[in-house]
Amino acid sequence: MSTLLYDSPGPVTRRRERVGSIIGAVVVLALVGLAMWYAAGRGVFDADHWDVLYDPPKGQTSADVWTSIIIKGLGATLRAAAVAAPLALVAGLLLALLRTARTAWLRLPAVVIIELFRGLPVLLMMFFGFIGFGWDAFTAVVFGLAVYNMAVIAEILRAGLAALPQGQAEAAYAVGLTRTQTLFSILLPQAVRIMTPSLISQLVVLLKDSSLGFIVSYPELLRSIQNNAQYFGNDYLIALFVVGGGTYLVVNITLSRLAVWIQQRSTQSSKPPTAALV
Amino acid sequence: MNVILDNVPALLSGFEMTLKLTLVSGAVALVVGLFLAALRVSPLTPLRGLATTYVELLRNTPLTLVFFFLVFVAPQFGILAPLGFWTAVLALSAYTSAFVCEAIRSGINSVHLGQAEAARAIGLTFGQSLSLVILPQAVRTVIPPLINVFIALAKNTSVAAGFGTVELMATGRRIATANPAENIAVLVGVALFYLAITIPAGILAGVVERKVAFAR
Repeated sequence: MSTLLYDSPGPVTRRRERVGSIIGAVVVLALVGLAMWYAAGRGVFDADHWDVLYDPPKGQTSADVWTSIIIKGLGATLRAAAVAAPLALVAGLLLALLRTARTAWLRLPAVVIIELFRGLPVLLMMFFGFIGFGWDAFTAVVFGLAVYNMAVIAEILRAGLAALPQGQAEAAYAVGLTRTQTLFSILLPQAVRIMTPSLISQLVVLLKDSSLGFIVSYPELLRSIQNNAQYFGNDYLIALFVVGGGTYLVVNITLSRLAVWIQQRSTQSSKPPTAALV
Repeated sequence: MNVILDNVPALLSGFEMTLKLTLVSGAVALVVGLFLAALRVSPLTPLRGLATTYVELLRNTPLTLVFFFLVFVAPQFGILAPLGFWTAVLALSAYTSAFVCEAIRSGINSVHLGQAEAARAIGLTFGQSLSLVILPQAVRTVIPPLINVFIALAKNTSVAAGFGTVELMATGRRIATANPAENIAVLVGVALFYLAITIPAGILAGVVERKVAFAR
């Protein structure tokens, strides 16, 4: 689409475009350069702001620092996500099944639960666990992540079920399958398949939201950055932040790319409805 | 239940702060996001690259990290963001604008190719075909996902509670820790305030979606 918004350029436009591109690039580079120059003027790039990563002070080894960030910090982040994600998937599946049930007294509670938990901040759910129920930080984080994403995943699966052609269910009933059989052997496998990209991007959201554990004092990646900065001094905060932020980006972008790849690979002709997930 | 009634003024002022954060950051994010979306479909490669980088970076960064950067890391560069409202607005709108951009871009992509071809065929320029032909049509598909982005923004304002902005969540936490016996009731009260924003907005999104749905 975006390539259709303008003609394939002729010689004059190409020249103009080239000039525009060069000016644009120069402006962008100048801004970046200005920021770099300003930062360098404040000594941000000096070795004594970065040596925490390879030769830390206070008698620590660089292995200690990297262990505390990657193994302990990222480990704690991934552990919370790894416990919460299966819980959210299973509970979400259950809710989606109830949501599509025929009997109203099964469907209504599911609707209420989904709408309720979708409309509340994850952080509030974590506070419910942490302050309200007095759980430890890990349980509170897992609870918040699981409960919120359960509701969202239920909606994704429901949308997937709704997107299937009516003929699928009709054909299944026609060959004599029961409602349960139809659901589990015909509808769900297809719904899960077309919704896999959405499900993966929701898992990225879950992983990102695990950083909210920082606020309920769960010792995850961001907290380990702060702890290291407090121990070694705030001069190192930038270096430590670059490592922490970079770690998040690598993990999340890898997962997002995976979702895109699966989307492109799947040969389904029916396009899954895109749920806006933030 | 008394603890909620006693603290209604505090909760209301927290709610007001949450609303203000949502509206101000939402407005900023909308403007920036629209601009970013225009850059992302523009013919100038460096600008397109810049916008793409920004969106990919912010979309894959947790909001907490953006707040952390502004509150703890930026001062290391000598940039002292004033703690509280405007820092929160900056973080929230920087984060949300990436999602706004994506919503608008996918709306632009959903307009039928023939529309762009026809606009080009009658000799409209890039700016004209975007603003006169594509965007007016894209708006219809964009509004429901945009409302969802703003619902997410309303919920995301709660992150500001961890970084020195006294909005609904922070107020609720303070009252809940001060009244340990009734803390669940307090949190339920806070939840009701959030639902007062998100549920009507969600219903609105559904209504708009049905209203603007049309066969292409």
